[in-house]
Amino acid sequence: MFTKSQVLETIDMVEKEHFDIRTVTLGLSLLSCVRATAEETARAVYDRVTHAAARLVPTAEGLSRRYGIPIVNRRVSVTPVSLITAAFPEKSGLVADALDRAARELGIDFLGGYSALVHKGTADYEEKFLRTIPEALARTERLCASVNVGSTRSGINIDAVRLMGELIKETAERTAAQSGIGCCKLVAFCNAVEDNPFMAGAFHGVGEADTVVNVGVSGPGVVLHALKGAPEANLTQAAEIIKRTAFKITRAGQLVAKEAAEILGARFGIVDLSLAPTPARGDSVAHILEELGLESVGGHGTTAALAMLNDAVKKGGVMASSHVGGLSGAFIPVSEDIGMIEAAERGKIGIDKLEAMTCVCSVGLDMIAIPGDTPASTVSAMIADEAAIGMINGKTTAVRVIPVPGKGVGDSVEFGGLLGRAPILPVHEGDAGKFISRGGLIPAPIHSFKN
Amino acid sequence: MKAVVTVTGTDKKGVIARVSGYLFGRDINILDVSQTILGDQFAMMMIADIPDTTDFSLLQDEICELGQSFGMQIRLQHADIFDAMHNV
Repeated sequence: MFTKSQVLETIDMVEKEHFDIRTVTLGLSLLSCVRATAEETARAVYDRVTHAAARLVPTAEGLSRRYGIPIVNRRVSVTPVSLITAAFPEKSGLVADALDRAARELGIDFLGGYSALVHKGTADYEEKFLRTIPEALARTERLCASVNVGSTRSGINIDAVRLMGELIKETAERTAAQSGIGCCKLVAFCNAVEDNPFMAGAFHGVGEADTVVNVGVSGPGVVLHALKGAPEANLTQAAEIIKRTAFKITRAGQLVAKEAAEILGARFGIVDLSLAPTPARGDSVAHILEELGLESVGGHGTTAALAMLNDAVKKGGVMASSHVGGLSGAFIPVSEDIGMIEAAERGKIGIDKLEAMTCVCSVGLDMIAIPGDTPASTVSAMIADEAAIGMINGKTTAVRVIPVPGKGVGDSVEFGGLLGRAPILPVHEGDAGKFISRGGLIPAPIHSFKN
Repeated sequence: MKAVVTVTGTDKKGVIARVSGYLFGRDINILDVSQTILGDQFAMMMIADIPDTTDFSLLQDEICELGQSFGMQIRLQHADIFDAMHNV
């Protein structure tokens, strides 16, 4: 059983510390939707998603009420669309439209999987698919795209990295009227995971079952509150506090995930415990790092503090769930974290420190606004750097940057809602064009040969 | 199913009477009650056995409204969430 103080602790987590189930994401295989033409395929995709996810929103709402824990987002991830449209890649936009329409009709805020896995090489149909991404993101509202450009086992596909730099720039230009918001829905990955429930990088891996429920749990505010209760704890004790907190909130995710899977007739996939901040005060990963004793996130010590936080979160989560997966750790987006936003506005954090932090956090350079005139080759070089960190360290890394059209250092950009706001951060001016234009594949590292 | 009713707010007379009276009126058995008062702040937890035929959402809405009618916050949640979060 449980005590009254434990009940009240749970209620405080929700009402005062922003604890929530961040997303219930239904992963759907679209492999059975391939037809002879793009039009027929798009129709089959629409039917598949609207049928399989018809009860997703009411199910999440019912579970949220039942347990008194908010479920903020209901989402769908699908098989990488490049595989579905391989026979007619130039017409992939029809599937993009079908997915977006399905998402709107179901009341789903984001649908992920307009994706391609090109970490070892780019097939002709994949390159054609990739070139449809900017237009697809510009004309859809809820679709998210991701591209895996490298992995520890295969190396880094620099040809794909070069193309991604161009596509990010084009996406920004095509959505210039909304400050390049299309780039908020476009991620370049290294070591992408196939069961990630969080957007914009969610897709449904081909090794997954047909229909799977993955749940993302968040709670930076809960961790912050727990640490505030022990201001004199040494770092061993602080790690223990984080682990215990992570355990509790992951257990809530596990309960919701199993029930949602049962109700929806799907397989329970994983719980992803990721401290995913929002722009709301009290829901910041940066503030956790500062609570640990840093004057400002971005200063020396930030990487060590984040490493400890990320690891403790994973340990608590692993103990709490039968299947932990996804990214599980701490996210460090800039525009979505009030502590990060303010540190960036004060000039306390820059891209170099953020890059260092990605060596130890669960993802990468995330939601960073950069000058609109940043060359495509520089964006590609940023992706190459991140992919190298992921490849060598055997972890997922990602790049989600927004070259904001018409804006430069000193300006700021407001995306609104959970996407938040951000000052434009400077990038290095040294040209990497020659390096990127060499193309080819950076070979897999020696420690990848484990067979 | 087992559900947990929590009541918080500024202490006043008749809180337990109103909540338990409401539950009695819905044919709901109370299995456990625990209450504390810290300063003027009242906090109570009840574990209730709710018949499977009861409309849980309706019950939640009604009990929440009951709380608002006399200035208290009342929540009704399935007990499994607390078991899951606080027990290994």
